[in-house]
Amino acid sequence: MRFVDEFRDPEAIGRARDEIRRLADPKRHYRIMEVCGGHTHAIFRFGLKDLLPDNVELIHGPGCPVCVLPMGRIDDGLAVARQPGVIFAAFGDMMRVPGAHGSPLEHKARGLDVRIVYSPLDALKLARNNPDRHVMFFAIGFETTAPSTALTIMRARAEGITNFSVFCNHVTIIPPIKAILDSPDMRLDGFLGPGHVSTVIGCEPYEWIASREGLPIVVSGFEPLDLLQSLVMLLRQLQAGTARVENQYARVVPWEGNRAALGAMAEVFELRPFFEWRGLGFISQSALRLREEYATWDTERRFEVPGVRVTDPKAAQCGEVLKGVLKPSQCKLFGRECTPEHPVGALMVSSEGSCAAYHNYEHRKQAAREASLV
Amino acid sequence: MTPPGEGATPGPVVRFRDPQIEMAHGAGGIASRRLIDSLIAPLLLGSGARGLGDAAALPVDGAALVMTADGFVVTPLTFNGGSIGELAINGTVNDLVVSGAIPIAITVTLVLEAGLPTATLEAELRAMALTAARAGVQIVGGDTKVVEHGKADQMYISTAGIGRRLPNVCLGSTEVRPGDRVLLSGPIGDHGITILLARGELDLEADLCSDTRSVLPMVQPLLEALGPAIHWMRDPTRGGVASALNELALDTGLGITISEESLPLRLAVRGACELLGLDPLHIANEGQFLAVVAPEAADRALDIVRAAPGGEEARFIGEVGTEPAAAVLAQSRYGGTRIIDMLVGDPLPRIC
Repeated sequence: MRFVDEFRDPEAIGRARDEIRRLADPKRHYRIMEVCGGHTHAIFRFGLKDLLPDNVELIHGPGCPVCVLPMGRIDDGLAVARQPGVIFAAFGDMMRVPGAHGSPLEHKARGLDVRIVYSPLDALKLARNNPDRHVMFFAIGFETTAPSTALTIMRARAEGITNFSVFCNHVTIIPPIKAILDSPDMRLDGFLGPGHVSTVIGCEPYEWIASREGLPIVVSGFEPLDLLQSLVMLLRQLQAGTARVENQYARVVPWEGNRAALGAMAEVFELRPFFEWRGLGFISQSALRLREEYATWDTERRFEVPGVRVTDPKAAQCGEVLKGVLKPSQCKLFGRECTPEHPVGALMVSSEGSCAAYHNYEHRKQAAREASLV
Repeated sequence: MTPPGEGATPGPVVRFRDPQIEMAHGAGGIASRRLIDSLIAPLLLGSGARGLGDAAALPVDGAALVMTADGFVVTPLTFNGGSIGELAINGTVNDLVVSGAIPIAITVTLVLEAGLPTATLEAELRAMALTAARAGVQIVGGDTKVVEHGKADQMYISTAGIGRRLPNVCLGSTEVRPGDRVLLSGPIGDHGITILLARGELDLEADLCSDTRSVLPMVQPLLEALGPAIHWMRDPTRGGVASALNELALDTGLGITISEESLPLRLAVRGACELLGLDPLHIANEGQFLAVVAPEAADRALDIVRAAPGGEEARFIGEVGTEPAAAVLAQSRYGGTRIIDMLVGDPLPRIC
């Protein structure tokens, strides 16, 4: 398959692996954060840890939109969905995420009208086909998915469809990176920059990481060879003592981003003064809401939203894992109370969450390895 | 019914803690297994009934009979390459066949929603008759119930089937040994992806058909020639190859390592899975089988299946070992490994 097989070629991957081993100084320990949940998923799915030397450690970052969403937002969305005539529409990613009283999927089993859609436009189509109902699209995602939500809202306005609204949970990628770098217990050597987000925002927004924080960042693709090549580029910078923004994913990511997508976002959304992130707390100017001109399509303006706040279970250490301070398996609940089937924290729900990825692909492998060492 | 506390005999203790039935309990993955192992089996089959196969052995007066039951609730009723009627017959036949039996007879129970067009029912009955004739099995009876409009989704089919076990066949997880090889009869994921696309929610189109068919023409020559060297068989339906192999790993405590590149996979299935973030190993099949074969019989087994009609694309996909204990590991060509888990919940496409 084109654009896939080339990036999984054993010979090329072998060369990249050897180059990483050659570049990694055995006297140093490298801590590199992949910001994006898609990267976390790919690293586990492709078993890339098996190819890296022990002193190149990957720290899983906050870039999984499902994982960073506070539980109260799900309860808020479900509260709206319980009002008569409302259809709750969301991506499949959201369906198993637990609120305080169960996930959207569990509410569906209890009779709530919950639909999985594959694009916000599908949710708008639902509204068009059900004029006597109200369709609420539960929007999540970073700058990757925000433009398609914006375009959908613009289309709803153009077509005069008013039985449709968006419960906006879109967030932006730069503020949580800042929050992580400000965290006192965090020591990183560099970043694998997000791939999909960067197709929209480009590479310029990361310049401060290199210039002010002195850390190299390489925007990376999602195939095994992409990730290994990005690590080679990072290690070369670290060896040379430079800190620059580089773009490994140039076949998809334009340096200046996607102007049309950014334009649609600016037209429909504005920054919220602050927004709560699961595990990271309140971060100012880190999330989007609809502008006043689009109030008709804003769930939070059209419905009474309770504004539920739910604290995470005390024993769950999602915050520490999300910031990369703890490894998933170091959390007290990991694999016991908290499993992909019965997740306590959101990191265990989405396949992009580091806990679920670790549990699904790595966990028992590790146990087997430890057992064979004993 | 005896009121609770008034002379009720205490039943077996059950450990099922899920408060309500979810779609995941029917998806063939980890929740299905928990429902069966910790609620259904203890109450209906007695304690200790774990690791249930596709059919039950039923020795009657010296005849080695095998019995199975199956239910079909697929939507839409018809799809590329098949329909619910074909699926019902082939599914029942295949459960018997992978248990080492030649199917003899099937009963068919229809649950129909009032308002179902007669033409639809007639088409499905014709499909069932034709499929049964092709598989060489007789439909010997059944039952029909009609429920109010809105209380069912057009039609459901429930079947029972009996077959006669082939002589010299001993299939079961207790027969499986480290060193055994894992054979897969052909490309995976065709059925599940065809259904996903047939629902029309994805606006994706692909030239793809369900693989619904009887596996008897492939399995019969294999078992007749190599009998005791075939240690375990399963048709990887709901939950896919991953769930079937995980069941084997859990039942035996052994480790199964599969080579990712050896998996037969059509381009359309691979493309859909890459696009939607699904794992083809979790996708349902309706016309394939997995066989665990003794290493000394491996070459012959592959030759026999490949020579059989429909088995041309069969290959070995992995091997049984001791590590990782009770788990399935996939190895890539470039040296990465990952654990393949049972399906958790329904396979939901990832978007963001």
